[in-house]
Amino acid sequence: MAKITFDGVEVEVPDGTTILNAARQIGGSIVPPAMCYYTPLKGSGGKCRACLVRVAAGSAKDPRPMPKLVASCVTPVQDGMVVENTTSEQVLNVRKGIVEMLLINHPLDCPVCDQAGECDLQNFAFEHGVSTTRYQEERRTFEKIDIGPLIQLHMTRCILCYRCVYTANQITDNRVHGVLGRGDAAEIGTYIENIIDNDFSGNVIDVCPVGALTDKTFRFKSRVWFTKPVNAHRDCPKCSGNVVLWYKGKDVLRTTARKDQYGEVKEWICNECRFEKKETSDWTIEGPAHIDRSSVISANHYELPVLNQSVIADLPESTQRELAQNPPLKLGS
Amino acid sequence: MGRKLLTEHINVEGIDTFEVYRKHGGYRSVEKAIKTMTPDEVVEEVKKSGLRGRGGAGFPTGMKWSFLAKPEGVPRYLVCNADESEPGTFKDRQLMSKLPHLLIEGMITSSYALGANTSYIYIRGELLYVLRILEKAIAEAYANGFLGKNILGSGYDLDLHVHPGGGAYICGEETALLESLEGKRGNPRNKPPFPAVQGLYARPTVVNNVESIAAVPVIVNEGGDEYAKIGVGRSTGTKLISACGHLNKPGIYEIELGLPVEEFIYSDEYCGGIWKGRELKAVVAGGSSVPILPKELILKTAAGENRLMTYESLSDGGFVTGTMLGSGGFIAMDETTCIVRNTWNFSRFYHHESCGQCSPCREGTGWMEKVLHRLEHGHGHMEDIDLLVSVAKQIEGNTICPLGEAAAWPVAAAVRHFRHEFEWHVTHAKEAAQPGAVYRANAVLV
Repeated sequence: MAKITFDGVEVEVPDGTTILNAARQIGGSIVPPAMCYYTPLKGSGGKCRACLVRVAAGSAKDPRPMPKLVASCVTPVQDGMVVENTTSEQVLNVRKGIVEMLLINHPLDCPVCDQAGECDLQNFAFEHGVSTTRYQEERRTFEKIDIGPLIQLHMTRCILCYRCVYTANQITDNRVHGVLGRGDAAEIGTYIENIIDNDFSGNVIDVCPVGALTDKTFRFKSRVWFTKPVNAHRDCPKCSGNVVLWYKGKDVLRTTARKDQYGEVKEWICNECRFEKKETSDWTIEGPAHIDRSSVISANHYELPVLNQSVIADLPESTQRELAQNPPLKLGS
Repeated sequence: MGRKLLTEHINVEGIDTFEVYRKHGGYRSVEKAIKTMTPDEVVEEVKKSGLRGRGGAGFPTGMKWSFLAKPEGVPRYLVCNADESEPGTFKDRQLMSKLPHLLIEGMITSSYALGANTSYIYIRGELLYVLRILEKAIAEAYANGFLGKNILGSGYDLDLHVHPGGGAYICGEETALLESLEGKRGNPRNKPPFPAVQGLYARPTVVNNVESIAAVPVIVNEGGDEYAKIGVGRSTGTKLISACGHLNKPGIYEIELGLPVEEFIYSDEYCGGIWKGRELKAVVAGGSSVPILPKELILKTAAGENRLMTYESLSDGGFVTGTMLGSGGFIAMDETTCIVRNTWNFSRFYHHESCGQCSPCREGTGWMEKVLHRLEHGHGHMEDIDLLVSVAKQIEGNTICPLGEAAAWPVAAAVRHFRHEFEWHVTHAKEAAQPGAVYRANAVLV
C-alpha cells in the first residue's frame, strides 16, 4: 500500500495505482479532468494532458519534486508522494492552455451537437477554460463521414483522444479504423472508406468524449436533457444486456451502456441491444437511472441527500425522531 | 591539432571493408572484451570514461547501462538510434557510411557488456545507401566470426539487424523508435516505464546514439581513465560536430570537448571563419531544437568567459543566456540572415513532424508556425510576438516526449534574443513581405 497526499488530503491506495485513480478515491471536485483516459481501455491515457498535476514530492525516499508536470492518469503513485492539483497555480494555468489548444479546431456547435449536455470537453472548458481565444488562423473542417449505417463520424469535432481506436482494437475483431496522418493533420478514419460493422462497434460512440462519433438512430431526435434515462436489461446472448434506455414520452430514443460517475462504461453492450431493441417490450425495466448532480439532466430535478447511518447517529434526538417518522428516500449504510 | 579517436582512419581507402578496417586495428575491442573482461568490467570502463550520450540529451552512457534491468531468462536488447534527422545534424550518417565496421564493433562490444543476444540498428529510411553499406559490413562480420553463434569461440552469441524506419523525425525519440521497430505507428510511449525496464517487446532495452556506440571500442581499447583525460570537467572525450550555414568550411569535425567556440568558428583547422568576410550574427549550437544565441553570447558567456564546446559551458546561463551542445548540429548565420524567416523555417519542420498524439504539441506547433508565417509575410501584429512566447510556454514541459520542447525552445529563444527583428516585421510589414528581400531585419539597426 502507498500513502499519498493529494491537495492536502491523505489517501492510502494499493501499489501501482495511478495518481488519477488515487484522487478518484477521494472524489469530488479535486479529481483531475480526463479527456483521453478511460479505465476499461488498456493503454489509454497520457494524450490529452488535461490531467497534468504537479508532484511536489516524489516519494518518502526521494522527496524531490518532479521537474515537469506529470500526466496523473498514467503515473503510478509512490509511498509518501505529495501531489498538487487544484492547489497549484501552475497546473491551473496549464489546464487553461490545454482547453485553448483543444478548442482550436473543435467547433462550438454545442447548440446542434448531440453530445451537448454529456460532453466532457464542454465540462472541461466550463471548469477550466476562459471565454476567449487568441487563435485567429483558419480552422480545419471535414465533411461528415458515414462509417456504416449506424455511426456517423464528425471529424471536425474530434479531439484525437484515441478512445475509439483503443475500443475498436480491444473489444472488436477485424479492426478497420485508426489514426491516419500526423500532427494537426491527424484524423480518425477507416481503411479506404471501410465501414465498422462488427457486433460491438457501437461502443465507440459511448467512449467518445465529444460529439465526433454519433449514433445515427438518435441524431437530432432530441436534446439529451429532454429525455429520461431508465435502467433496463434483457437476456442477451452476446453481451450483459445491462443498458440505459433514454425515453421521450413512451418512445425509446436511444440505448447506451451504463456509465459510472466518471462517464466510463461499466459493461460493453452489443449492437443488437444498442440499435435494434427500441421497444419497451424488449426490456425488463429496473427503474430510473441515477443522474449525477452535476449532469445537465439533473437541473431542476432535486434529489434528497443521501444520509449515512453514522451521520444520523450524531444528530440531535429530536431530529432523529423526525427522520424516523419521515425517512428520506435514500438511506446509505 | 586535436586528437581524433573515431575518425582517425576515416579517409583511408577501403576502410569500409572488413580487411582494411582490421589491418588498422579494427575489432580489437571485441577481442579484448570477450576474451579478457567480464560484461560488468566493460560497463565499469564506460562509466569511468564519463562518456555522455551523443544523441543530444548528454545523459551518462555508463549510468544508463547500469539502469538496465537484468531478470534471469529474459532477453535484453541493445538498439542503436541511427534515425538522425534534425536540421543541422548530419554526423552519424557520415560515421556509418565511411566507418560501418566501427559502429558494428561498438555494437558487439556494447551488446556483450549488456548481455544482449539480439541487437538492432534502427536507421532513417531515407538513408538507404547507408543501410546497404551497413548490411554489407554486417555480412562481412558474420563471415569472419565476429557476429553469429559462439563469437571468437567464447560461447557468446549475437545477431545484429539493421531496420529502416519510415522517415519520421519523431522516430528518433527512443520510445517512438521502439514502437516503430515493433511495427507500430511511431508514437512515443508514456514514461514510466522506461526502456531500461520495459523497452523493445516489453523487455529491458538500452537505446544509444550511433556516435555513443562508436566511442565504446576506443574506451575499451584505451581504458576509461585515458578517455576521461580528454575534455573538460564532466564533458569528456571527443565529439563529432556537423557544422553548416554561412561558414567558409562547413563539414563534419571531430573536436576534443573543451575547444573554444571562437576557435571552432574562426580557426583554419575547423570552419575557417564566416563566408564572404561577413560578420557572424547568430549560432544554433546543437541542432535546430536548441535555443539560438546571438554572436556576443555564443563567443562569450554572460560572465565574459570564453564559451567552450562542452555540455556545461554551452548551457551556462540556462536558457536565458545559454544553449545546449545537443547533437552537435552547429548552424552559423551571418549578418544577412533574417531570424524571423529562420525561426519560421524551423517551426515548419516541427509542425510537420509532430506525431499529433498529445494536444499541446499537436495544436501548438501548428499555431506557432501559422503565426510566424503571418509575421514573415507582413501580416503580423505586435501582440503576436508575446503570443508566440505564450504558446511556446504552453507546449514546453507539457508533452509526452521532448519534441514539444524541441519545437518551443527555438521560437522562445529567437524572440528573447532578437525581439527587435520580430517588431520590425510588424512595423515594416510591406518591406518584410518583399520576396527575396535580404538584410531586412537589420534595417532596424540603421
